[in-house]
Amino acid sequence: MELSGAQILVQSLKDEGVEYIFGYPGGAVLHLYDALFQQQDIKHILVRHEQGATHAADGYARATGKPGVVLVTSGPGATNAITGIATAFLDSIPLVVISGQVSMPVIGSDAFQEVDMIGISRPCVKHNFLVKDVTKLAETVKKAFYIATTGRPGPVVVDIPKDMTDPNIKVPYHYPKKVSIRSYNPTVVGHKGQIKRAVDLLLSAERPIIYSGGGVVLGEASRELTEFTRLLGYPITNTLMGLGAYPATDKQFIGMLGMHGTYEANMAMHESDVIIAIGARFDDRVTGKLDRFCPHAKIIHIDVDPASISKTVKVDIPIVGEVKPVLEQMIELIKDHKHKPHKKALEAWWAQIGEWQALKCLEYDRNSPLIKPQYVIEQLWEVTKGNAYITSDVGQHQMWAAQYYRFDKPRHWINSGGLGTMGFGMPAAIGVKLGFPDADVACVTGEASIQMCIQELSTALQYDTPIKIINLNNRYMGMVRQWQEFTYESRYSHSYMDTIPDFVKLAEAYGHVGMHIDKPEEVRPALEQAFAMKDRTVFLDIITDRTENVFPMIEAGKAHNDMKLRGLDSASTDRELA
Amino acid sequence: MRHIISVLMENESGALSRVAGLFSARGYNIESLTVAATEDPTLSRMTIVTRGSDDIIEQITKQLNKLIDVVKVLDLADVGAHIERELMLIKIRSTEQNRLEIRSLADIFRGKIVDVTASTYVVEMTGPSEKLDAFIAAIAAEAIIEVVRSGPTGISRGESGLHL
Repeated sequence: MELSGAQILVQSLKDEGVEYIFGYPGGAVLHLYDALFQQQDIKHILVRHEQGATHAADGYARATGKPGVVLVTSGPGATNAITGIATAFLDSIPLVVISGQVSMPVIGSDAFQEVDMIGISRPCVKHNFLVKDVTKLAETVKKAFYIATTGRPGPVVVDIPKDMTDPNIKVPYHYPKKVSIRSYNPTVVGHKGQIKRAVDLLLSAERPIIYSGGGVVLGEASRELTEFTRLLGYPITNTLMGLGAYPATDKQFIGMLGMHGTYEANMAMHESDVIIAIGARFDDRVTGKLDRFCPHAKIIHIDVDPASISKTVKVDIPIVGEVKPVLEQMIELIKDHKHKPHKKALEAWWAQIGEWQALKCLEYDRNSPLIKPQYVIEQLWEVTKGNAYITSDVGQHQMWAAQYYRFDKPRHWINSGGLGTMGFGMPAAIGVKLGFPDADVACVTGEASIQMCIQELSTALQYDTPIKIINLNNRYMGMVRQWQEFTYESRYSHSYMDTIPDFVKLAEAYGHVGMHIDKPEEVRPALEQAFAMKDRTVFLDIITDRTENVFPMIEAGKAHNDMKLRGLDSASTDRELA
Repeated sequence: MRHIISVLMENESGALSRVAGLFSARGYNIESLTVAATEDPTLSRMTIVTRGSDDIIEQITKQLNKLIDVVKVLDLADVGAHIERELMLIKIRSTEQNRLEIRSLADIFRGKIVDVTASTYVVEMTGPSEKLDAFIAAIAAEAIIEVVRSGPTGISRGESGLHL
């Protein structure tokens, strides 16, 4: 079969099983778009800005586990995609981003819409390719998917000069079933001896804690993590990226850890004697001050990426491998082990954790005449019975969603944890809805974040992806305002906007339903009404208490046992510890 | 501590910039970097001289290994015995008074005079970097017109080698 480069790309994507391409046309990709026009199998989702394409593909990938595919033109199309590529990179999300490039003969001449995409994307991709020979295009696409989805996943850019897709140049087509790359061999199975040492240490622990992250979600190891945790009876905390990997409503789950983690999770980390980190990377938002991080603990770390191990925190037993097979091996070893978990010590440990839990660090003023954002999330959880896919933007609302929506299933919590990209949530929700058309999908956002990709409301209408936008409108960039309140003596420098659009009218202008909610008693009925409108995108503009802060909080550079709690300053927290 | 890191990688355009970009993005220092194709023309070998604590060097080797184009990474400090050589070309202003001295110094340092004009010598010299430093120090500073150094490359002693 002889095909043009454009046809080869489209056929390769079909052979790869791609359902959706998120993209935006332009000069350098016109041949490709013409080839797309002449087929029915792959659906193209036309976004309104290339950043939206990358986030939508990213949301689709996070929810379905399949790689997201993006198609953008050269120059500004490519640069607009960069924020979304970096977002996926920091959270290890598999994307294949195809960017058009000017034709080979004019590369380097500052041609119209020319930008060095390979150079610009290099620091925020797992790998990238410039296609310089059309006979290698199919193989390059295969390699891109292989690299994006294996080992520690990540985005891969394939930059295709326009002349590589010339409809008049046809070459034989063959899409390889498998590809191997001699310089790329990710480790799958963990080292047996290390795993055995880890299990011995785990079973000798008196104050153990399981600290798991996004790697468990990406590695489809939620079931194994749950079995492992229940078998041991140890407390478990999840990172922001790991929420849902272990059921949040389970009694062994002690909440998220880190900067806005629960009191009990952070205290348990601080006081623990053995930590097992599973698919988590000791991010600065998790560890706080490094030299005071878990001072008494021996640390086991399972990660598919050797570079994540001992990067910030020195670990005692590293295990390089995929989380799922390593946990399977550990479960077997624990079952057959001559030692069982230390019953007496565990009882005392759980009693201690119970004392920390009794502080009820997530409690808030439930009698306020104003709408408390925490209340909205709790109601959202109840109305959706905890089953919705929740995407979020970045800021206070993101933390409240993480704290108060109790995720029981993996891949249901979709947020930009690493890069912290405002504007991520709504296009991501569109991607999720395409992946799961029958599921409830909500985007928890704020009036600042939502405006960063608001144009995608138009995409949501065109492709009939009825999502619910929960806009926690506090008329501030809440997280910026919170930091300014705590560390800049409430000098709210540019953390509010003098003009905010009428979101109800805006939603209606885009062809959706808009709702304005400003009383606590309206929240529940509004949510019920919104989710009952199965075929409509609904924008709920919820006017919340503008002074509300996210607690607990470990301020940057402080340690796990130095938390700011609601109604307590850090000094009194310290007193309590002493 | 100073380390010499050998990197075996795909001989493809852009491979060098991936390595250089990694060092600048993560704030690692590069004292020198040399690169050329190996006996297998599809592979290049790069030698990087860098400095850092053990933790930093561990991260550097891990991050290099993580690059898709990188086949193998070897820290020559880890393999123990190794040979390190750097090439220098040095252009020296020659006068009636110093001509003999330069020639005998070049001999002592096992350098070769590879170009002679009425007023200049070019000396070619290889050796560990310290030897080249010592030669430069032995020549009067005002006599030195130009110094070109390749940066060190290195190879381990014994049977083992860095290949596929």
